[in-house]
Amino acid sequence: MERLRLVENPVDRLARTIEALLVIASKPLSVAELAAATEEEEERVETALGLIASRFREGRSGIVLEHVAGGYAYRAARDAADACGRLVERPVQRGLSQAALETLAIVAYLGPVSRPEIARIRGVAADSAVAGLVERGLIAEAGREEEGGAVRYETTPLFERVFGLENADALPELDELAGDVEELRTRLEDVAARRGA
Amino acid sequence: MATAVRELPLDLDAFEGPFDLLLTLVLREELELRDVDVAEIVLAFVERLAERDELDLEACGEFLVLSAALLELKARGLFPDEELDLEGLDPEDAAEELAERLAAYRRFRAAAGWLEERLEAESDRFFRLGAAPLAPAPSRPLAQQDPAQLVVALRSLAAVPPEPSLRHLVLSYPPLSRFLDRFRNLLRARGRFAFDNEVDRLSRVEQIVAFLALLELRKRGEAQIAQAGPFEPITVWNASAS
Repeated sequence: MERLRLVENPVDRLARTIEALLVIASKPLSVAELAAATEEEEERVETALGLIASRFREGRSGIVLEHVAGGYAYRAARDAADACGRLVERPVQRGLSQAALETLAIVAYLGPVSRPEIARIRGVAADSAVAGLVERGLIAEAGREEEGGAVRYETTPLFERVFGLENADALPELDELAGDVEELRTRLEDVAARRGA
Repeated sequence: MATAVRELPLDLDAFEGPFDLLLTLVLREELELRDVDVAEIVLAFVERLAERDELDLEACGEFLVLSAALLELKARGLFPDEELDLEGLDPEDAAEELAERLAAYRRFRAAAGWLEERLEAESDRFFRLGAAPLAPAPSRPLAQQDPAQLVVALRSLAAVPPEPSLRHLVLSYPPLSRFLDRFRNLLRARGRFAFDNEVDRLSRVEQIVAFLALLELRKRGEAQIAQAGPFEPITVWNASAS
């Protein structure tokens, strides 16, 4: 009886097709990609995604639908994390050094950005940090500078996925994270005044 | 060097070991100073100081001089082209520039901190990282076509193509003897002639054979050849006449 009722509802039918697409995809699928694969209107795809999200959510299912990296993807429920951790390695996330995190932050906010620019901000050469992040797949080459031709880097969809960001704009404002120039200048002047005294 | 400075243990991204080894490696250019975080060295020293009750003034002074020298070396290495600019900078502008750079760096350091916290908070996220590529977008099917057009297209393909011509591949070489005879006659009649004048109007292949004939005459001792320099005119004269 239950099966029969599901077949009759067209949104349900679309939802089941989308579930199938999500389970075979290796990256988050955008609404446009889902609409193209199902040959449906984007609006209907979104309705179906809402239905799937209500079924695959924390506390109800071991599989959770999430909106991440500009698309939709399944991930494991958080309460299964320990078991997942015993089964699989996560080389992308593991052991990111302070240098790598700073470099990643600069690329995330300023990208596309070149290695010389990163070195200028950090005051330390960024070569090995950049190479490590490229190897992990968190950043990738994105063309060259017009002047000088240095390779520029930007973050990848994998970066958004690892950090659980809906899209690249989901990063917090930089100014919210640290004090302004004015405050720093005052502190520098204080130090200068004390030294002069 | 004071022991406190010399044996200061360092654990940096680019280097791990005592301070004096770091200095040695830098001076021998076996360690790139641009990879070294000088701020970390200063922090390590300050932490060392904090652990002790007594302030070792000698060590402090020495450390100050060494780290300042390291900083200057590093700054020159990082911004080799900006030396002139910096010299012209008045202290107020320099402070402004420094404040802005520090502020920019501080913002990104804070952003890195945010990323680190985020990574920690998301440490229980597991997802599939498969390599299964998505199929290429299917191409649109063609509109209704006229079969007669297909026939015409096929017919043009089925026609036997013309035999390719090999004429341009055949080279005809004039016999060497033709030029040998000609040059011998010239030498007999005039005793001397300019090679370039004789071959000027000939084809490239004929010129080559003519030159070979000239070399042949020289080899047999029938003619002498002279040329002032590369690409200069070649003069030929009768060997027995000279």
